[in-house]
Amino acid sequence: MDPLDSIRPHGPIVIDIENITKNYVMGEETVHALRGVSLKIHRNEYLAIMGPSGSGKSTLMNMLGCLDTPSSGRYDFSGKNVKEMDDDELAAIRNREIGFVFQTFNLLPRSTSLKNVELPLIYAGVDPDTREERAAEALRDVGLGDRLSHKPNELSGGQRQRVAIARALVNRPSIILADEPTGNLDSKTGEEIMALLETLYERGNTIILVTHESDIARHARRTVFLRDGLIESDDYAGRDREFAELSAR
Amino acid sequence: MKRFWYEISESWKIAAAQMLSNKTRSTLTALGVIIGIVAVTLMGTAVNGIQAGFDKSMSVLGEDVLYVQKEPWARVNDWWNYRNRKKIETSYAEQLNRMIGAMPNSNLIIAVPATSLIQSVKHDDAVVNGIFTLGTTSDFILTSTVDCKEGRFFNEIEARDASEVCVIGYDVADALFPSGSSVGQRVTINGHPFKIVGVNNRQGTFLGLFSWDSMIVMPLPAFKKYFNTPKAESDVRVKVKDKTKLAEAKDELVGLMRRVRGLSPEAKDDFAINEQQAFKSTLDPVKNSIAIAGLFITGLSLFVGAIGIMNITFVSVKERTKEIGTRKALGARRRTILLQFLIESTALCLLGGFIGLAFAFLVCMGITRAFESFPLHLSMGLVITSMVVSVMTGLLSGFAPAWTAARLDPVTALRYE
Repeated sequence: MDPLDSIRPHGPIVIDIENITKNYVMGEETVHALRGVSLKIHRNEYLAIMGPSGSGKSTLMNMLGCLDTPSSGRYDFSGKNVKEMDDDELAAIRNREIGFVFQTFNLLPRSTSLKNVELPLIYAGVDPDTREERAAEALRDVGLGDRLSHKPNELSGGQRQRVAIARALVNRPSIILADEPTGNLDSKTGEEIMALLETLYERGNTIILVTHESDIARHARRTVFLRDGLIESDDYAGRDREFAELSAR
Repeated sequence: MKRFWYEISESWKIAAAQMLSNKTRSTLTALGVIIGIVAVTLMGTAVNGIQAGFDKSMSVLGEDVLYVQKEPWARVNDWWNYRNRKKIETSYAEQLNRMIGAMPNSNLIIAVPATSLIQSVKHDDAVVNGIFTLGTTSDFILTSTVDCKEGRFFNEIEARDASEVCVIGYDVADALFPSGSSVGQRVTINGHPFKIVGVNNRQGTFLGLFSWDSMIVMPLPAFKKYFNTPKAESDVRVKVKDKTKLAEAKDELVGLMRRVRGLSPEAKDDFAINEQQAFKSTLDPVKNSIAIAGLFITGLSLFVGAIGIMNITFVSVKERTKEIGTRKALGARRRTILLQFLIESTALCLLGGFIGLAFAFLVCMGITRAFESFPLHLSMGLVITSMVVSVMTGLLSGFAPAWTAARLDPVTALRYE
């Protein structure tokens, strides 16, 4: 048996984009942020999107996160055409299918951890009791079972990012989209967060990481490198590593 | 649907938290609404008071009394057609009563003559001028709506015998006899002494409309004996059996009066039948224009308050752009964001409304205590109206900023610093 088979993605395709472009009109000029990107992401993949600033990685992330729609091309999310969706349908996809983790955490400053994590459940129409139960469970999952009623300013940076990750997880989304999740953390705390993401991946979550740090990207199994709005490389760096480990046995 | 209610309850909580965390700002903004609501509510109570005052003054006339006079109360453009009509004589009352008595199914009960002059009234050194002095029969109490506070109305015998007795209004009694009872005392009217047999209850006056309080009533024969001048104006008051059949009663009275006046069938009426309702309808436009002008002017202050709310909601949206972006990323729909900010501005306005209403209530109490006669009337309807106005103000002033927030592009909002 080919040892590669065991580490190739097997799950169903979650994200399928084909030849998407995105143009912005900035005054007189039109900026071509994406010039034709195609990508297939399977369930339970751990993917890093890399690239220098201006490469279009933020645009691609916004696109994948259904915060924005492409100018042209095709985008299917779990078989549903995103390009045709209106604002409310996009909001519903973001609510149920995507868990966002931001560089700046984006927690509501005056709400407790529990309330912050409950937010996506409110928008999903979950009743208050279930909401609290599930939010508490998600916080325990990220190791914050004893910080339920703390407000963001009473938590350390790493803890804040954990709350944000719990919030991303609470609606059991198809993908977790992390935009520079360690960008505002020191390297030790950053490593802890990466370890947490690794655990989530091992539990079967699909993780898309956007970063410009190769140290961080190294945690992913697959790396997509963007330059000038095009995919420059799409290689299984992690796979190579695992392959190397496998071959060494 | 369930989600909608969760979102709404969440929005109220956010609004409350938002107000608590920006206390100074919320208070100052709410102050605009408070002032607006106080102004509008007080104006409302004044308008209500004017209405109540009109109604009270009107009630002197009696709902079920028809007045036979030369001219109609309603304003006419051809007064010259009425001026030269024959005078109404007090003797018509007797003729009318005979005719009414002969008709068992009459809608009318009794006709009472009344004739009046403005006189000065004296007691010792005290003088009051401009007193409406009325001569009538003892049946007058049937058409009157005010009771005696003290003493009694003059009786039939006194009336017939032209006794020098009188019933005086509350203010007249108050002015001439500041201390002690006036019943049994004497007053001098136009040089002739009259004995006071009764004092009327206080009725209150409003905008100088007629009031019982500055009136003197005496028997008609006595009036004729001492004040018989052509200047005296006479009328006949007819009490109606059933006030719901006022129109029929009026028709009947017209017929009787035509007989009294001896008019041929083709001749026009040369008298007018007046009633409270007709008078009200001429006063209503006045009252309404006072109300509209007053509410418009005070409404302006509420409008300024609303602009304050709109402004602060815009600031709030701007400040929390990133939060809006986050909420959108987490699945908040446009409607959710719109609701959130609408509820925030409405909560502010409601708070202002409550405080404003409480203030208005206190001011009303104070004014009523200080000046009893000042017409103020804070009704339940007014309370509800001002709460509704607060909510409407919140919704209208919050709409533009909330709409801006709802339409924010999530990518731009998330990137906003």
